[in-house]
Amino acid sequence: MSGRRIFTRPARLAAIAPYLWMALFFLVPFGFVLKIALSQTAIAQPPYVPVFDLTAGWSAFKTALSALSFDNFKLLASDDLYILSYLRSLVVALVSTAILLAIGYPAAYGMSRLPQRWQPVAMMLVIVPFWTSFLIRIYSWINVLQHDGLLNKTLLALGIIDKPLAWLATDSAMYLGIVYSYFPFMILPLYATLSKLDDTLLEAAADLGCSRLKAFWLVTFPLSLPGVGAGVLLCFIPIVGEFVIPDLLAGSDRMMIGQTLWLEFFTNKDWPVASAIAVVLLVVLLLPLLVYEKLQRRHLEARG
Amino acid sequence: MIAKSGAPLLRIASVVKRFGGVTAVDDLSLDIAAGEFFALLGPSGCGKTTLLRMLAGFETPDAGAIHLDGQDIAHVMPHERPVNMMFQNYALFPHLSVEGNISFGLKRAGLPKDEIASRVAEMIALVRLEGLQTRRPDQLSGGQRQRVALARSLARRPQVLLLDEPLGALDKKLRESTQSELMELQRRLGMTFIIVTHDQEEAMTVADRIGVMDKGRLVQVAPPRELYEAPNSRWVAGFVGDINLIEGRVTAIHRDLDRVVVTTSQAGVTVAARTQVVSTGDAVCLAIRPEKITLTAGDEAAGAGGTNSFAGVLTDINYIGGLSMYRVRLDSGAMLKVARANARRTGDRFASGQRVSLSFAPEDVVVLDR
Repeated sequence: MSGRRIFTRPARLAAIAPYLWMALFFLVPFGFVLKIALSQTAIAQPPYVPVFDLTAGWSAFKTALSALSFDNFKLLASDDLYILSYLRSLVVALVSTAILLAIGYPAAYGMSRLPQRWQPVAMMLVIVPFWTSFLIRIYSWINVLQHDGLLNKTLLALGIIDKPLAWLATDSAMYLGIVYSYFPFMILPLYATLSKLDDTLLEAAADLGCSRLKAFWLVTFPLSLPGVGAGVLLCFIPIVGEFVIPDLLAGSDRMMIGQTLWLEFFTNKDWPVASAIAVVLLVVLLLPLLVYEKLQRRHLEARG
Repeated sequence: MIAKSGAPLLRIASVVKRFGGVTAVDDLSLDIAAGEFFALLGPSGCGKTTLLRMLAGFETPDAGAIHLDGQDIAHVMPHERPVNMMFQNYALFPHLSVEGNISFGLKRAGLPKDEIASRVAEMIALVRLEGLQTRRPDQLSGGQRQRVALARSLARRPQVLLLDEPLGALDKKLRESTQSELMELQRRLGMTFIIVTHDQEEAMTVADRIGVMDKGRLVQVAPPRELYEAPNSRWVAGFVGDINLIEGRVTAIHRDLDRVVVTTSQAGVTVAARTQVVSTGDAVCLAIRPEKITLTAGDEAAGAGGTNSFAGVLTDINYIGGLSMYRVRLDSGAMLKVARANARRTGDRFASGQRVSLSFAPEDVVVLDR
C-alpha cells in the first residue's frame, strides 16, 4: 500500500497539471474578458466602466458587480451586423472544412498507400511550406491573384481568357487561401489514422466477399472516422475565428466575426462589445467540441 | 461441396510464385481431397504462407494452375472464391461486434435477413460464444477472438477453409484444447481444412496428411505416422522430430535376410538395417529416432556382440518430465541421443560419466540415400 502512495502522488500531480495550466491561461483570462463584456464602454483608460478598484475593498467590489449588465450581449442580438458576421464565419468554416476534407481524404489515403520509403517524402512535401511565415505565404497569394498577377498572366498567355479576371478580393480567393493554409491540419490526422490501418483487415474483407470499393466503405472509412473528426475540428474551429486570410484575400463588403471583433476593438475602441463578441464566439465553438466529445465518449464506451 | 468422384477437390498444378528474384513457391503440385485436413509444415520462409495466400487469392501464381472442384481459380479475385481464410492475427474488424464480424461475409453474400440471423446463431453456438454477441474484439480474450475468427471464416460454408497459423497466438494449454476442437469441428462439418503451421506437433495432431515444404518445394507429403517413421530425406528426418543421423557406406546386402550392412565412417561400426533400394558402395545416411534406442547400464551387453549393439559413456542427462534425453558418446566417438520414458518415480540407475550399452532393432533404422 505504501508503494502505491509513493507512485500515486506524482501521478496525481501530473494529472492535474493540464487543468492548472488551463485554469491559469484560459479560465482566468476568460474571466477578465467576460467581466469586460459585462461592462459599459467609456472614454477612459481602460475604455470601460466599472473597473475593479481592489484598494477600495469589498464594498467597491459589490458596487462594481451591481453595475455589470448584459447590454453588450443584447446589442449583439439586435444588430444584424454581428449575426451576419457569425453566420458568415460558420458558413465559411463549414464550406472550407468540406473542401479540405474532400481534397485531404484522398490525398491522405494516397499517401498511406505509397511504398514505405516514399511516405516520409510525401509528408515532407506537405510540411515544407510551413517553414515559410504564414503571412508571407498569404501575401504571395495576393501577388499571384492580383490584376496583373501570375494567374491572370498565365491564363492570358494560354489564351484561356482574353482579359484579366478579378481574383483578388473575392470569396474564391479567400477559400483558396484558407484551404491552402489549413491543408496540413486536415491531412496529417487523416494520414496518421489511415497509415495505422491493418492491411490484413482489407484482405479479410475481400476474403469475406467485398470488392475493393466495398471494403473501403465498410472497413477503411469507418475505421478512419477518428482521423476525420480530428481533422475537421482542427480546421473548423480556427477557421471560424480566422481574421488574416479573409482580411487580405476576401472583399471588404462582408466580414467574418474575427474581422468584426477587430473592428470593434481597434477601430471603435469598444472593448466591452469586442469582449462580448469573443465570449459568444467561444460558446459557438464549444458546440462542435461538445458533439465531438460526446461521439468520442460513445466510441470509447462501446470499446469498453 | 463434394468433389466429382475420383477427382480431388483441390488440384495445385506446377504453381510458381516469385517475389523479385526470390522464388517463393517453386513448381509445386499437390492434390487435396474433399473432407481432408491437410497441413502445410515448414520453417519460416519456406513458401507455405505464400501457397496459402495463392489459394485465398491474395497472390496470383506466376505459372501453373489451381483447380477447385474442376475450375481454375488461379486468377479469380479473393471475394469471388468459395474459399475462406482464418488469419494469423485473426484480422477481426475492430469497429464491429462479434455478431457484426460473423455476419459480415453473410451480408456480402446477399443472404436474406432471417437466414443470416440463424447462421450467425448457429456459428455462435458452434464456437461457444453465447452471451458475447454484442462485444467488440478488444473486449474479448485471445481465445475468444480466435473463436470469432473461426466462426467468421466458417459462416459462409466455404468449400475449403484456409487456416494461417491459427493457434500461434494462444498459450500452450489453450492451443492443445483448441487443436482437438478444430479436429472435431472439421470432422463434424466434413469440410476441407488446409492449415499452415511451423509447429510440427500441431501438424501431426490435427492433420490427416502433412506436406513438408522447404525452399518453395514440397519435400514429402504423407500421413503423420509415415512422415515421422519413414522420412524420405535427411532434411525431413531432421526437421520432423528429433533424430540421430549416421553417415556411412553400404558394404554388404543380404537380400535373404532383408538387411543391408552399412559401415559408418564416423562410428566405424557395422549396422544392420532394413533393405532399401541401395547397392553396395552407396553413400547413405542412417536415421534412428532417440526413443527407438534401448539404453542399458554397463557395457557387458554390448560386449556380447549382438546386432546393432554398442558400448559408450553417458555424457549428459536432460530431464524433461515424462521423458529424459540421454547423450551417449560411443567408444567409436559418435554421439547418439537416446530418449527414455521415466516410467518410475524414483530409482533411476543412470548418472553422467557411467558406462552404458545401446541397442536398436534393424527395423527401426531408416536408410536415407539423400
